[in-house]
Amino acid sequence: MSHTPKAVALISGGLDSLLATKVVMDQGVHVEGINFYTGFCVEGHTHAIRQQDKQKAKRNNALWVAEQLGIKLHIIEVIEEYRDVVINPKHGYGQNLNPCLDCKIFMVNKAQAWAWMEENQFDFIITGEVIGQRPKSQRRDTMPVIARESGADDRLLRPLCAKHLPMTLPEREGWVDREALFDFHGRNRKPQIALAKELGFTDFAQPAGGCCFLTDQSYSSKLQDLWTTRGKREYEIDDIMLLKVGRHIRPKPNFKLIVGREEGGNNYLSGYRRDFTSINTVSHKGPLVLVDGSPSEDDLKLAAEITARFGQGRDASEVDVEITTKDGQCQRLTVQPMATTAIEQSWYV
Amino acid sequence: MSSFDLDARRLLCPMPVIKTQNRIKELEPGDQLAVYCTDPGVLEDIPTWCRINGHTVLSSHSNDQEICITIQAESPRHGALN
Repeated sequence: MSHTPKAVALISGGLDSLLATKVVMDQGVHVEGINFYTGFCVEGHTHAIRQQDKQKAKRNNALWVAEQLGIKLHIIEVIEEYRDVVINPKHGYGQNLNPCLDCKIFMVNKAQAWAWMEENQFDFIITGEVIGQRPKSQRRDTMPVIARESGADDRLLRPLCAKHLPMTLPEREGWVDREALFDFHGRNRKPQIALAKELGFTDFAQPAGGCCFLTDQSYSSKLQDLWTTRGKREYEIDDIMLLKVGRHIRPKPNFKLIVGREEGGNNYLSGYRRDFTSINTVSHKGPLVLVDGSPSEDDLKLAAEITARFGQGRDASEVDVEITTKDGQCQRLTVQPMATTAIEQSWYV
Repeated sequence: MSSFDLDARRLLCPMPVIKTQNRIKELEPGDQLAVYCTDPGVLEDIPTWCRINGHTVLSSHSNDQEICITIQAESPRHGALN
């Protein structure tokens, strides 16, 4: 009986992994997808915390891609293990706190561990990498680093730029015809768009900043602030989720405010009222605010004034606010909303 | 056939999908799983995951507070390997 080769494809939900997978599937290889959830993924959940996204389709692009391809998708949560990649990246960060090269090594390694498992028995791994597309992780000199340090070696196939790379095992074994693979390189997306059209894909996601919050300057600033003020480079899952929500305002080193921007964000923050002191306006409509840190009584008054500034009573002479501790004890204050000009720009994290 | 509940409230996608995937692995074909969530993203993501992996969405109910999606696990031969 002939051997049907099996490959596992890293599916991000973007165009490149979609195309790379389809190209290999079309050569008769059985392909299943794998997707890792690090906690920093942009996918999906921002819809729940941003009102402005309500009009957009709430789809997870990795699942959507898998459905378009007709393959199974295995979503693996790696939040705990990924922490070390973010905190101690061997190859350093990119432009922000994005450890792209270490991240790719980690994911290929995890995919390999899953793929070689006895009950899975896959033969090789596919990624949608293209030489020269990313300044840190997708360069000619880093491609072999990923293959080597992940342990996948020549079982790692990059169909979109394979012709620029040494032969891999699936090509040597004849599971995949090298001639039917591609030689894409650089940041020009035209070859991918043309291939998508040729393969019949008209709808696909092209996230401008990649699929990871760590590539975002604003998000990285908030994470750096968290590490700096805590005096250690650590995080819990709730920390990194909250960095995605609302305005973060730090008037003093010992506390910051997380100010809900809209209904979705306020609803999400309300789930943390038992974990933080919270402030909401009573006399006027306004945001829900979480207070992170160790504020004094005076600090809470300052926090209340800032809270009032972001509500509909911002121009009123007085606003009633309610401060609720983690254990549910409420205190009411009447405060003058802080003038916009009094909120220093440097307070915005 | 047995029925089970899964609490995925307060979790943002894709965590409810991951929890559903991992719980379904433990069930027998024909078992039913009611997944309780608060992220409206599940209304798209869980049915898509079920279609991909060969499981059946029996019902989907939502109100202002939460969403409940009931799934019937199908045979692994037709569904997920994981």
